[in-house]
Amino acid sequence: MTGAAEPAAEATGPRKKGKISERTRSERRLAYMLCAPAVIAMLLVTAYPIGYAIVLSLQDLDLRFPDEGGFAGLDNYGTVLSSPLWWQSVFNTVLIAVVSVAIELVIGMILALIMFRAIFGRGLIRTSVLIPYGIVTVVAAFAWFYAFDPASGFVNGLPFVADDQAWFGDRWTAIGVIIAAEVWKTTPFIALLLLAGMTTIDEGLYEAAKVDGANAWQRFWRITLPLMKPAILVALLFRTLDAFRVFDSIFIMTRGAQDTESISIVGYNQLISRLNLGLGSAVSVLIFLLVLLVAFVFVRGFGTAVPGREREA
Amino acid sequence: MKRGTREYTVWSVGMIVIIIAALFPVLWILSLSLKDPATIADGRLIPSEWTFDNYEALFTGGFDSPLLRPLINSVLIALISTSIAIVLASFTAYAIARLDFPGKLVILGGALAIAMFPAISTVGPLFDMWRNLGLYDTYPGLIIPYLTFALPLAIYTLVAFFREIPWDLEQAAAVDGATPFQAFRKVIVPLAAPGVFTAAILVFIFCWNDFVFAISLTSTNSSRTVPAALAFFTGDSQFTAPTGNIAAAAVLVTIPIIIFVLFFQRRIVAGLTSGAVKG
Repeated sequence: MTGAAEPAAEATGPRKKGKISERTRSERRLAYMLCAPAVIAMLLVTAYPIGYAIVLSLQDLDLRFPDEGGFAGLDNYGTVLSSPLWWQSVFNTVLIAVVSVAIELVIGMILALIMFRAIFGRGLIRTSVLIPYGIVTVVAAFAWFYAFDPASGFVNGLPFVADDQAWFGDRWTAIGVIIAAEVWKTTPFIALLLLAGMTTIDEGLYEAAKVDGANAWQRFWRITLPLMKPAILVALLFRTLDAFRVFDSIFIMTRGAQDTESISIVGYNQLISRLNLGLGSAVSVLIFLLVLLVAFVFVRGFGTAVPGREREA
Repeated sequence: MKRGTREYTVWSVGMIVIIIAALFPVLWILSLSLKDPATIADGRLIPSEWTFDNYEALFTGGFDSPLLRPLINSVLIALISTSIAIVLASFTAYAIARLDFPGKLVILGGALAIAMFPAISTVGPLFDMWRNLGLYDTYPGLIIPYLTFALPLAIYTLVAFFREIPWDLEQAAAVDGATPFQAFRKVIVPLAAPGVFTAAILVFIFCWNDFVFAISLTSTNSSRTVPAALAFFTGDSQFTAPTGNIAAAAVLVTIPIIIFVLFFQRRIVAGLTSGAVKG
């Protein structure tokens, strides 16, 4: 049934070219009317605020001192970009994103292979891994916080762990727990995307490779991985951009203490805690540009096929 | 793979490890929520003394209680946002899947870009705009931003599902003498319903989950959702940490997710992967 509509559309194509008929025109009009509400809604709360953020970022606007202010040019950007706090948060964000996505890709691939090959209990595994995926991020953050916190946790009672280890009192152990929570929560998503890509591979290829004497390892490296490249890239793109927005876990576990701020935490602190809209908006715009850069690198650099494209092309 | 072989054992062990890893943190929270303050630090998975005090405390005081209002807010805001998003997204997805018009790519690409958008980038301007418009700390103040992020998700999922629908059946029904409305209601609606339902689940989970908007655009329990309320819970006195209460509230907000996963796991998986893989 796939694509039943496309051949039909193509068949009527040449006829349409002859005269842009009343029918085509009314079809387009209907299409635009159907799309308009959603498109307008999306633009109103994303494009407009981003534009507004750019305007705010050029002003000296601090709600604690409403009388001061005025046009500030690029001063806010200068302040942010020359601040060690900003660069530290960029470093933290990149570190958390890269490490957690790398671990997620490896575990996710193993998980996908297990779900793909599992003859029994596939439903049971799927149910179990969907729970971390669906759980509220704040709850997941609390779960990991309480597991590691000496006042309520069990981790310090485990063998080989010091009983008085203060996980959230040190930058690197705190970031480690944050990464663990991220990995736990989002590996299922990657695994499911990879599994979906895995099921599109023709079984015959494996049979042929087996006949030719390829072992399981060779089959994985020479067949599975290359054919899954598009699925892997899409999963990586989604998760990397998602990881760049890391906020909830850090807010719950450390609130950015011990130098664990991510860029989103810095933005929140400036905007909502300090009410410095000018400086905070500059941070917002820089975060936006950073995310844009990551997406650009994926799409142009790695040739990630953006979903939804191939059908139209 | 047969029972008793080495391969079987390896798979079984792997599966057990996965299941424990996936569920243990949730079980730990459940265990904490059932402990009393005296034993909360004992590190035991099975509480030595069971108590429901942590749950009771969340609801004592009715609407002034720590959790009742946020829970109602969470349910209503997520339901309203989901309904609006699904209706609007269905129109758009129908047009993209079914009709022929220039600009499809722009809409799909734009929706994807918005889905990737860092929420924190719009929080500042929205905070300022909402204060001026009187939307700060209100339901619409959260529903509107949720819509824009829920719409791309819904559009992507629905387009993927709608493309699979054999629309020719509608004409077949018309040939058999059905009126256009009958053809739509009896043929298309039943075929589209599973996709719409799946999209609704995903959007609901998304709205239920949000934290950034919820803490930035609200200030009191009159519109604060549970994730935001959780972050601002305080203990009975400044010397008691509200660990047990937070754990209890965490368990409560996890219940709907577990119900969704248990009953609709196939649909959730199909919805999650359809947009990305089938395109």
